[in-house]
Amino acid sequence: MADILVKNAYVIDPLNEINGEVMDIAISDGRIVESVKDSATVIDAKGHLTLPGGIDSHSHICGTKVNFGRYMSPEDMRAGRGRAQPYMHPVSGYSVPTVYANTYRYSKLGYTSILEGAMAPLEARHTHEEFSYNNLQDTMANTLFDGNWSIMEAVADKDLKRVAAIIGWVLSAVRGFAVKITNPGGTEMWGWGKDTGCIHDKIDYFGITPAEIIEYLIRGNELLNLPHSAHIHCNNLGKPGNYKCTLETMQRTPDLNDKRQTLYMTHVQYHSYGGSTWADFCSKTDDITWMINRKPQIVIDMGQVMFGKTTTMTADGPMEFNLYRLYNNKWSNHDVELETASGIIPVRYSRKNLVNSIMWSIGLELALMTKNPWQCMLATDNPNGAPFVKYPEIIALLMSKNYRDKEFATINQDTEKRVFLPSLDRELDWNEIAIMTRAGQAKALGITSIGKGHLGVGAEADIAIYPVLTDEIDPTSEYDKVISGFSCTDYTIKRGRVVSKNGNCLVNGDNATIWVNPKIPDNYDMGKDPEFRKKFDLYYSVAMENYPVEYEYLHRNICIETETDL
Amino acid sequence: MKVVKNVICPFCGCLCDDLSVTIEDNRIIGIDNGCTLANSKFLGTTRLKTPLIRENNRFREASYEEAVDASAAILKDAERPLLFGWSGTHGEAQCAGVHLCELIGGVLDNTSSVCHGPSILAIQEVGHPGCTLGQVKNRADLVIYWGCNPSEAHPRHMSRYTTYATGFFLKNAHRDRKLIVVDIRKNDSANVADEFVQINPGGDYAVLSALRAIVRGKDEFIPEMVSGVPKSQLKRIAGMCKEAKFGAIFFGLGLTMSVNKYKNVRNAIELVDELSRHTKFTITPMRGHWNVYGANEVFTWMTGYPYAVDFSRGTSFYNPGETTAVDILARKECDAMLVVGSDPGANMPRKCMEHMSEIPVVQIDPCLNCTSAFADIQIPVAITGIETGGTAYRMDGIPLRMKKIIDTEFLNDTQVINRIYEKISGGVK
Repeated sequence: MADILVKNAYVIDPLNEINGEVMDIAISDGRIVESVKDSATVIDAKGHLTLPGGIDSHSHICGTKVNFGRYMSPEDMRAGRGRAQPYMHPVSGYSVPTVYANTYRYSKLGYTSILEGAMAPLEARHTHEEFSYNNLQDTMANTLFDGNWSIMEAVADKDLKRVAAIIGWVLSAVRGFAVKITNPGGTEMWGWGKDTGCIHDKIDYFGITPAEIIEYLIRGNELLNLPHSAHIHCNNLGKPGNYKCTLETMQRTPDLNDKRQTLYMTHVQYHSYGGSTWADFCSKTDDITWMINRKPQIVIDMGQVMFGKTTTMTADGPMEFNLYRLYNNKWSNHDVELETASGIIPVRYSRKNLVNSIMWSIGLELALMTKNPWQCMLATDNPNGAPFVKYPEIIALLMSKNYRDKEFATINQDTEKRVFLPSLDRELDWNEIAIMTRAGQAKALGITSIGKGHLGVGAEADIAIYPVLTDEIDPTSEYDKVISGFSCTDYTIKRGRVVSKNGNCLVNGDNATIWVNPKIPDNYDMGKDPEFRKKFDLYYSVAMENYPVEYEYLHRNICIETETDL
Repeated sequence: MKVVKNVICPFCGCLCDDLSVTIEDNRIIGIDNGCTLANSKFLGTTRLKTPLIRENNRFREASYEEAVDASAAILKDAERPLLFGWSGTHGEAQCAGVHLCELIGGVLDNTSSVCHGPSILAIQEVGHPGCTLGQVKNRADLVIYWGCNPSEAHPRHMSRYTTYATGFFLKNAHRDRKLIVVDIRKNDSANVADEFVQINPGGDYAVLSALRAIVRGKDEFIPEMVSGVPKSQLKRIAGMCKEAKFGAIFFGLGLTMSVNKYKNVRNAIELVDELSRHTKFTITPMRGHWNVYGANEVFTWMTGYPYAVDFSRGTSFYNPGETTAVDILARKECDAMLVVGSDPGANMPRKCMEHMSEIPVVQIDPCLNCTSAFADIQIPVAITGIETGGTAYRMDGIPLRMKKIIDTEFLNDTQVINRIYEKISGGVK
């Protein structure tokens, strides 16, 4: 791999507290170094905005339900066709693109690492197979524990260490990265066509509550010293009045980690709704951000909605069925035995629709009313709120009150009485955008120590250079230039190689899958635990020996081993 | 002598993963837990030993190198090559096949197009409320087999996943679970059913519509007989469905390949949709070949479509009825064909075979079969799940790693396809 010297880069690197310095970046052997020889390839950044490679801490790109979204939607495939060109395969899809389309489009936006938001452990091989073709970004998988029978039994027994041991065994077996909790308890209830309400409803048969599942998974996660915190999709997604449930989940979260948050709450836009029916539906971001601003142990992502067609997909099976009964278009569902569920429906968010317009406002309000940008990540829960190709527009909206007002004038007129957005004057700056799209995400995921999200010496050389001269554009008025600037990098550099230039990919990438392997003492090894083994002998439809994901599926990979408190 | 446990069977879409295989001197001498189909696959002895090339209408033996070169020449020379099959090989080979098809601008289709293709069309219209098989095993108190005969086609489906399988919430499965079989004839599976519904051939659509109406409370519109089924039985069945805590429908080619094709499947899915408003209900296609669902999965994440993908214009283009193998062959459109892991010679319409006999056909398969009669080149490969590893997807979407349990000198499908690719492209991928 040739050495590279990036010259005249206008660098914003929040983790190293660099906010707009023109400097050179030396790259050798995939890492950022002090200096390189004169023979290094020189890239002249021409004073353009240079950031660490983008990181998406919650996106649905690979795996069983994503692929089923493609499978059931030839209309969406046709909406995003692209021809083959050197180093680029033909692509299909707009909201649920093919794997190659995802990886090329993310690369064009300057993204170099992505967390897949939800992987059912039993179907992990599928996610990893697709990861191997998502070759321009490093990948990680949130692993679903919301309806895991062994976990729920251990919670009922109030056995925290057993919860931690099960998490550890499963994450290691399926090469997962983090603990995902989607509608805890609700996915198990969906096995009977039911749902839980808020966090204190009892779950059939197991007799425990979502609140208990959340608490044990948060604490179990910390016992294992995992890089990322527990990652939750709260109960009651999408229901009017659900903000109370979200607030209580926040309120109950202890502060257990001094390096990062204790709970990552995803797509909070969908969980910040007031009112009791669709008739009095409104924004409750005032209460939600009030709580976030007082709880450093909470990090959220926006789950921003953007107008247009997209596809919703989540492990929250009952929610998708409810949504289907509103839209009545087409609905897929896929329950996963002993573990979780999932559902998919296509949707269109309309400016003329009052509820959709309020949702659009709520996402922006969360970002503007959360004081500390390290606590609010920019994301759309791709593709649920919108496909990730909309990120540049969201950046522009956050940077310009003028642009927001212009857009606001085009949405449902009754929105104004139900939201806070028109009263918000805050305009985010370049540094805050850099935090919300890479530095903050790296910190929240706990991957700064493996060289992600910053440009210090020793960091992975993942770099995005955008055709943006920050001194010459006023983002508050020239938002169109912000959009075009963030839509296509001059250069995207991944692990020391230029992988994409002006939107054209230049190499067949070679990504790494990042996974965790907590060191579990022998007496807590679930592989030897008779009760745990019995689940496979009797109730899973797959033998225990055939469950763990083999090394063949990992290709390049980075295993983060952790010392545990078991 | 050694025994390998938890071996996954590469025969049908059940992918039973609990076989024990006894091996002596690199030869399989015994199978435990396998059905008749599994036993014949694992213990089969008829193998093609070397690549064959047809000359003067007779096969002669050839080396891998010669067969790969000749195959590459045929595919490179073709203007509209058809790459068909894929359900009898592992996922990695299917991926390699997608790349090969892209390279030569061909048409890529899998055996779904003569099997559950109509199910996919229905799913693309209305979606698919499904679940994994273990979910059915642990919860379903009502199972319906519609237009399929698991006793013969998926012999362990009932014992591993449904009727006879002990589930967490059904300790006495056979007694606690009701079984309904719907078919045009009283098949073996019907003999163990609580209810057998015999439909006149072609009557599935009407019966499904009648059930939907009854579930909606509109039974006053239903005539006394619907396609040979008495109204009283329909009402009884609709009642069983609504009273079930968890109902699971499994359907086969009796629904997809009979009159009304994908409309039947759509109607069955919409019945499940209707029942989901009353209780828990799911529906699952009984996929035939062990990795046909894998072919759909792989094609989808690589190209965007589950089957019938045309790369001739540099993008992936999907139009079943036009870009499906049967149609392309019947229209005499393709000028060369690659067959991988399937046997179109055994089941495609006569018109298609006529065209296959007129164009060069390259076949990649471990054994001689009906398609061999049309092949100009046949390249034997290692059998996935026995001699080589690889990924397969069960009928419910569960991905499993097929095992290599004995050694072989045969190349596997991925290696052969990649060699052809490299020969055509003049370099490594």
